[in-house]
Parts: sequence; structure tokens; C-alpha cells
Amino acid sequence: MSPAIALRCGALAVAALLTIGAGAAGASPYVPADDAVVLERLPEKGDPALRDLKRMRAVLAAAPRNLDVAVAVARRSSDAARATGDPRYLGQAQAALSPWWAAAAPPEIVVLLRATLRQSQHDFDGALADLDGLLKADPRAVQARLTRATVLTVVGRYAEARADCSDLATVAPPLVVTGCMAAPASMSGSAEAAYAALSKALARPGTDADAVEWAHTLAAEIAQRRGDAAAAERHYRAALLLDPTDAYLKGAYADFLLDAGRAVDVLSLVGDDFRNDALLLRRVLAEQQLPDQAAAFAAHRAEMAARFEAARRRGDSLHRREEARFRLAVEGDLRGALALARDNWKVQREAADLRILVDAARAAHDAQALQVAADWIARNGLEDAWLDAARRASR
Amino acid sequence: MMRIFALLVAALLAGSALAHKASDAYLTLERDGATLQGQWDIALRDLDNAIGLDADGDGEITWRELRGRHADIEAYALRRLQVASGGEACPLAVTAHLVDSHTDGAYAVLRFSGHCAQTGPTLTIDYRLFHDVDPQHRGLLNYVEAGTSRSVVFSVETPERVVGGDSGGPLAQFATYLHEGVWHIWLGFDHILFLLSLLLPAVLVRRGGRWQAGGSFRSAFVEVAKVVTAFTVAHSITLSLAALGVVALPSRWVESAIALSVVLAALNNLFPLVSHGRWVAAFAFGLLHGFGFAGALKDLGLPTGSLALSLAGFNVGVELGQLAIVAAFLPAAYGLRATWAYRRLLLAGGSTAIAAVAAVWFAERAFDVPLFAAFAAGG
Repeated sequence: MSPAIALRCGALAVAALLTIGAGAAGASPYVPADDAVVLERLPEKGDPALRDLKRMRAVLAAAPRNLDVAVAVARRSSDAARATGDPRYLGQAQAALSPWWAAAAPPEIVVLLRATLRQSQHDFDGALADLDGLLKADPRAVQARLTRATVLTVVGRYAEARADCSDLATVAPPLVVTGCMAAPASMSGSAEAAYAALSKALARPGTDADAVEWAHTLAAEIAQRRGDAAAAERHYRAALLLDPTDAYLKGAYADFLLDAGRAVDVLSLVGDDFRNDALLLRRVLAEQQLPDQAAAFAAHRAEMAARFEAARRRGDSLHRREEARFRLAVEGDLRGALALARDNWKVQREAADLRILVDAARAAHDAQALQVAADWIARNGLEDAWLDAARRASR
Repeated sequence: MMRIFALLVAALLAGSALAHKASDAYLTLERDGATLQGQWDIALRDLDNAIGLDADGDGEITWRELRGRHADIEAYALRRLQVASGGEACPLAVTAHLVDSHTDGAYAVLRFSGHCAQTGPTLTIDYRLFHDVDPQHRGLLNYVEAGTSRSVVFSVETPERVVGGDSGGPLAQFATYLHEGVWHIWLGFDHILFLLSLLLPAVLVRRGGRWQAGGSFRSAFVEVAKVVTAFTVAHSITLSLAALGVVALPSRWVESAIALSVVLAALNNLFPLVSHGRWVAAFAFGLLHGFGFAGALKDLGLPTGSLALSLAGFNVGVELGQLAIVAAFLPAAYGLRATWAYRRLLLAGGSTAIAAVAAVWFAERAFDVPLFAAFAAGG
């Protein structure tokens, strides 16, 4: 894969720190005192992959209908979005594909990339429609099937996801197939077998580092749900060794540490990436538990609230899961948290979505929402140690 | 093989969360009469993405680099923001370039002002910044008028929005649109001429192939009332249907057909085919004129928050304007009805002139050639 795209440099974090507290709206516009004042450090500073991407975009701008270049830019932009968590790259990926985006019959590769971008915008129905179309035309399209399995897992359609993963058994690398299967299987009654299969696949040497890191992250999450904290910790650390900058991984591990009451470890884990909302949320949740972080907590809490407000102003609903957690744990807004958790649950059905639904429902004493969660757990045979404990406690 | 593997892994990872602010620009627009004042905060990252700010390519944008591109930024941004009032553009000009910080970095701040030649009750804003380079971009507008503000979001899906016309409470808003309706019929010569063509013979009767003075004021009044009511009911129906988006007709067809309706109404006075039941013609052509009113209303813009109220205000205004014309016309026509001047000069001469003018309008509108555009203020 492309070289791991480095996260922000330290200087940028300092710049971000300075803006914290300024809120969503600018304080007061000014004329800089000096021509040499640096106003902005662009993300590509110190990141060769992003510099390459910028060069490729310049090439594309000169020939916007060149499909090969457009696809390369869209792919690289999607990689950048994943590595940095920055949605601007998704918009750029979409822009690269715009000559074909709304065409009646775009090239297959464009449909595949469009499905991925739609998934990123939580347009899961749109993504599935694209993927269904691709697989209807070519049932052997490996990447489309794998992507569909991933989307189906996110929306909680585990049986269909497992069927897609089974179909890949002979055509995709073993670790990919095992991971593909483990994600839905662990959510639908086969967590133990899924974990065992992943462990076995991980024991085999010589595979792609990104895939191994991803498999360790998945294994860690399954172990965590099964209540095996030692195994979860082991996998999280193994994954972090392979990519210490993966924001998704850091967020998942931070949640594990928060559950374990290790707030101090969360602060060192999330480091100084203040621009990443998901990591700032974990930082706020950790600081809330640490009396000596009271000042930082107050500042970061205000910053977090401002960012959710900014997302609301633009009409985004991509952060409902995170905002529900923030409203519940930090702001103590039980009703608001439950409303967000419920709306989120209508769209996304990952373990974290179920957990915030249960948390918010318990806090607000909402029997109906609790029943929705209980029905889901029973129907799918979900094993989750934390949810089991919560349900025992609420009985 | 490695590349395929990487792509497969990418497919699996695609679900990871987005965790940064997306591309937004902050637009403030304040209107005071014909004058607009505004501020537009645009992220330097986005500008760099669109037109390139990092002149020396070192990954940093300095004030010097930004200053060097001010003219380009201004041209680029203003081309993508169109403000119009009463169907006419309000040209904008940048008055100052500043800098500010938002949660996701530094922004260029453009202060601007503008002037609207027409001061309609609403502003139509067309916002297309970055739609080609980042379709996820949003323009967040804070619109301020008469001390109240409201938020509007522009996106690729909704680049055009109508603001204003809904400040100052429902009564004030109704009054605003009523006023516009009255002026519209008074300035819309084609509607007036159509109405006059139908009304001119109302004080007369047709006997033996000739126009003669009619009988009582009462019968003239009833004839006028029938024509006006039929015209009103008909155009209210189509105005509402078109304004609410139920029916849409191409404006060139509508405007041409309206001109033709004036020609026919005037010719009917010279070579009468319909002498009884003119109200039927008034109704049939009234349906057409309603679409014309709707076109004018579209230029004014309907405030989204209180569409029905504004539509009703506009319609009532049109009726009041029309009644004022009738109130002025009827007594005068009745008084003059027995004179030679009325029958020859006003009815025959007037109808001939109206038919001629409307025929030119028809040619202009149907074939899109300006014959005497300055006079053709109808529509």
C-alpha cells in the first residue's frame, strides 16, 4: 500500500491548540502584522504521500476526463481520508470522479469507488445499490463482494455478510477472508470461533502489514467483547506497533482503556492530535475522570461542543454516535443523548452503536429503547461482556 | 499481487470514522434596503485546493503568499456567488481582505458590499463555491435583515436559496407581498391592456352589427363584475398552482401566449366573434395570465418559511390593483359611452392600438427579437 500517511506534525498540533477555545465562529478578523507570518500549514507538509496526491490532482486538473488518472486520484484521496480522518479528501475523491459520477452507466471502477465514498457518508443504501449492481453484472468481482460484506456488517445484516465472505474463500487471501468472516460472525453468535480463526490466521507469517494490523484490531475488539481483557490488550498493542498513527485503532484502544479505568493511559495514547474529533472525544472523556486535568477538560469540552455545533450547522449527521456519547457522559443531557443514539441506531448497527443506545436508554430509564436493544441481542445471539454486565445491573 | 491485496484491505477499512471538520465556508449577508453588506470566511486549505496559494510549495501559506492572490481569490469567489433581487442581479464588490481562525485552521475573510437595482421583498442567492473541487463543501449563510437573522445551508444539491421577505412578522410580510402584487398589475401593461380590451365594450351593446350605448349602469356594472371575477378566479388558480410548483410552463410560451391573448381580445372588439359571454374568454385567458403572475412572483422570490401567506398577499394585491383600474374605468366609460369619441376613438382606435402593440410583443417574445424592448415592460 502507499506509505503510511503521517499524521500532523507537532507544529500543527500547537496551531490547533491555539485555536482551541476560539469556538466555531471566528473571534475577530484581522490583518496580519507581517508578510512572513505563517497563516496555515497544509497537511502535505512533511507528508510525501499527500504531496504526491497534490501533484496528481494537478495532472488531473489538466485532463479531467482521463479515467486512469481520475481513479488514481480518487483512490489516493480515499486512502488519505482514511489515514487522516479528514473528510475533505472524500470530497476531493468525489470531485475526481465527477465526469462519471452521475452518468447512466459509469465504468465499473467508478461505481466501486462511488460505493466506498457513499459508505463513508453513511449512505449505506446507496452503497449497497452500487455494489449489488456490480455483483449482478459480475458475480466474481472480489473487491465489490468484500466491500459489500463490510457494508452489510455495519448495517447489521450479518447472514448476508457471512454469505458474501464465504463466496470469497477461494479467491481472496486467507487473512482477508478470515477477517471478512470474523467481523459479522463475532456479532452473530460465533464470537469464539471467529476469534479462534483470526488468531490462527494471524499466527501464519508473511502477510501484508496493513492487513495484519487490521486483523489485530478486529481480534482485539472481539476479545474485548468476549471479556478477555488480556487478549484484547495484547492485540491492540500488536496493532499499534504496526501503525502507531491509525486513528481508528487509537479510538478503539482508548475506549478499552476507558472501560478499564485507565484514563491516564488514554491521554498518552491519543497524544497531541487535537484536530481529530474522535480522539478529542476520548481525551475529554479521560480528562473528565482526572482531577488534575480540570482546566484542560473545561477547554476541550467547550471545543468539542463547538465542533458538534459546527457539524450540525452544515447539516451533518455523521457524528451522532460520538455526539450521543458526549451528551450523555460529559453534558449529562440524557434525553438529547438518547435521541441521537436512537437516530444513529436506525442507520448504523455496530457494537459501539448498540452500546451507546443501551447506555443512553439506561440513563434515561427508557424501557422501549432497552427493549429494542435486548431484542437485537437476542435475535442475533450477540455476545458482549460489557452489555451483559449492564443488563444484569439494570435488572 | 501486493496492490490487489492492498485494495482488498482498503475495502475492509473503509468504515473507519471521519473525524475532522469538513469543508465549510461562513457567509454573512446583511440587507438594508438596496444595500448589501457581507463577510465571507473561506478556508485557506480549500482555496489552496482550488486555485493554489502555496506559491513556493513549502506546505505553508504566509500572509505574503495570500496577499499575492487576493485579486484571484476575489474573482474566483465572487463568480460563484450570485445575489439577485426582483429578478435583477445585485453586483458585489470586495471592500477588504482579512484573516481569521476557525476550529479547523486559518480562513481568508472577504468583506464585501453590494447594491440591488430592484428592491424586491426577497433575495435569491446562488452559491456554487468549490462545488467542482469538493462536492461535500457547504456554504453556511447567516442572513440578517431588520434585526433578525436566519441560517441557510448551501450544498451541491441546493445551490440556490431564497432569503428575506419573512422578517417583521406575518402581517408585515402579507403587506409586503400585497404591495408587490398591486405594483405588478399596474406596471404589467399586458395585463392592463387585456383587461381594458375586455372592459371597453362592457358599457356598450351590440345591435345590428354595430356598437351602441348600453342601458343602465347596473347592467354595465354586472357585465364588468362578471369579466373581472372570471379573470380573477382563473389567474388565482394558475398563479397558485405555478407558485407552489404543481404546474410549470416555459416562460417564453407563457409570455408569448399572453401577448397573443391581448391581440385576440382587442381584435374581438373590432371584429366581434364573442359579444356575449366575454367572461368565458376572461376565464380562459385568465388561466394564462396567472402563469405570467407566477413568473413575476418567482423573480421576487417566496420566503420558504411562509409561502402561503406571501402568495395570498401577492394575489390579493393583484386583485386590488385590478379593482382600482376598474373603479377608475367604469364611471368614466359609463359617462362617455354614448359619445362618438368613445365608440370610434376609444373602442375602435384603442383596440387597434392595443392589438398592434400586443402583436409586436408577441413577435418579440415568440421569436426572441427585441423590436421595442424599452416599451415592452409587460410580464
